[in-house]
Amino acid sequence: MNGNFQKDVVATVIATALLIWLMPIFISTFTLTVLVVYGMLGLSLGLIWGFGGILCFGQAAFFGLGAYTYAIAAINIGESTVPMLLAILVPAVFAAMLGAMMFYGRLNDVYLGVITLVVTLILFKFINSTAGPQYTIGNARLGGFNGIPGFQTLNVPGRPDDYIWGDAYFYVCAVALAVVYLLVSALLRSSFGRIAVGIRENETRMSLMGYDVRARKTVLFTVGAAIAGLAGALFANWGEIVTPNLFSLGQSAEIIIWCIIGGLGTKFGPIFGAAGLAYLKFLLGQQSMIDNTLIMGLTLVLFVLFLPSGAVPTIAGLFKRVPWHRRSGHNIRARRLRRREA
Amino acid sequence: MRRTPLQPMGGTLLRSKGNYCRGAPGMDLFFVILLEILYAIGSLILISAGLAVVFGMMKVINLAHGEFMMMGGYATITAVNLGVNIFIAMLIVAPIIVGLIGLIVERLVIRRLYGRLVDTMLATWGLSLFFVGLATMIFGNTTTGISTPIPGFSVGNYQISGYNFFIITVAFLLLAAMFLILKTTRAGLIARGAMQRADMAAALGYSPERIYMATFFCGSALSGLAGAVLAPLVGLVPTSGGAYIAKAFITVIAGGPSLIVGLLSSAGFFGAVNQVFTFAISPVFGEVALLVSAVVLLRAIPQGITSKFFRSKF
Repeated sequence: MNGNFQKDVVATVIATALLIWLMPIFISTFTLTVLVVYGMLGLSLGLIWGFGGILCFGQAAFFGLGAYTYAIAAINIGESTVPMLLAILVPAVFAAMLGAMMFYGRLNDVYLGVITLVVTLILFKFINSTAGPQYTIGNARLGGFNGIPGFQTLNVPGRPDDYIWGDAYFYVCAVALAVVYLLVSALLRSSFGRIAVGIRENETRMSLMGYDVRARKTVLFTVGAAIAGLAGALFANWGEIVTPNLFSLGQSAEIIIWCIIGGLGTKFGPIFGAAGLAYLKFLLGQQSMIDNTLIMGLTLVLFVLFLPSGAVPTIAGLFKRVPWHRRSGHNIRARRLRRREA
Repeated sequence: MRRTPLQPMGGTLLRSKGNYCRGAPGMDLFFVILLEILYAIGSLILISAGLAVVFGMMKVINLAHGEFMMMGGYATITAVNLGVNIFIAMLIVAPIIVGLIGLIVERLVIRRLYGRLVDTMLATWGLSLFFVGLATMIFGNTTTGISTPIPGFSVGNYQISGYNFFIITVAFLLLAAMFLILKTTRAGLIARGAMQRADMAAALGYSPERIYMATFFCGSALSGLAGAVLAPLVGLVPTSGGAYIAKAFITVIAGGPSLIVGLLSSAGFFGAVNQVFTFAISPVFGEVALLVSAVVLLRAIPQGITSKFFRSKF
């Protein structure tokens, strides 16, 4: 196990280094930053859905909560370190309460979907209606559908006047994504992660083996929300404004689409799906021939129908089948032999 | 996809006419509140009927339901602009057009995903985006609307829209019609049979494939009807569907296994909660109270109201 994790570390460090050096040649760092943030958001749902079997229709709620927490705290505190931590903590606590309510009630599938969806809607409706001046937290006005602009953006810890922005901010986000990715890898390699996969495969069996399924699902849900919250805070820093749209059903739908298209049950799939689709959307936004919602929808339908395992596992599968791949070449030969025997 | 905040629809369902005097005594106010509650229940029934039929019979959650309603609205407006009588457009043209669209969707997509609940939800979510995009390309991202065909009248100090009566009537007639069809006709019998035991219905020689096809047609037609009837109340935009889907979804799931009784009981519950809080505090609070009560209800009885109370075959 340890050896494999070291391999993960090396691979991630190399991939991040390449990302930081090569990608800015093709795409501006401003766009890249948001792609990286979306990647992290995709990863958060990929973790709880792909490895825990929890289909959350409201991952955007945690994303939005993270962003709002950051904005409100940054206005009140004026330095970005504590707000960043709060932006992770607040969604996590919220998710822990929500998760405990759902999982200890043994809700599943559709019911889980409805409740997460409804909670997202409640937050959206609530935040949307707070335009009046009476809705303030400390010095921060909630602003309703106008959102909150003009908060302190990320600075070097302890030095409120040293803003991190532009290229430097992109590096921060890319490294943050790499760190989160490694933490997720470590989590999945631990016994907790393997039991989570076990629960995804067969909940009854795992609880018969003596594992407390409810508590484990709640914890996993909380971890996912914490990652989404961090992504939200990074997004808030990138956009320099937070609006209720972060909580919208559209945002939730998009996260689900990223995971489906990238590939569930992989760590890289959702990141790839998120960054790829967000970039596609960005490109499509520059033409007006075909409406880009239409293309997104069509892509999702086609993937569900014809490629339900997603892009990354499919591509990986292709590579395994080509003859020059040592191990699979052997597999193909073995399969042929078996077929001949049959 | 960005669903624009505060669609006109959300506002219209919970219209505050501005001249409610909170706490003003008398029969007028009582009558108005009663009417508003009935109206809220009626529109919830309308919004959810199509989804309930499809979910009850086929265990398929159609997340494109809201877009089917949106298309019903556009079908009506287009037909009216072409010179068709508005009632014919609403009650006949729109359901048939949307029903046919539903039929195509069932043949192309849903058919391949029976028995895979989550996959159908995702595929229909994709369809919903697709239809939003399509409507944007055809009708443009602008608000269209038609005026209500029935004039309003006043009760005491309160102005009441006559169209609310129409919606209440349509909703309850619809429930009655569904009940009669399920109870008295042969098709209804087959439908109920397939709902309870699809395998037995198949063994008796009724092709489930055909039953599902017909069901999906009916469900889509009902969505089209709902969208059409509500169209004069809203400014229609391609993303209008988003305002309906969550409410319909909640109402259907909370209703539970019985189709008609479930619909009636959950719409009754949510409609009442919504309006009571709307009157007591504010429309936004009414909306939030509805959603919160849905969470509490589902946590307490996840299988829906009719799994515990009012058990019934319909």
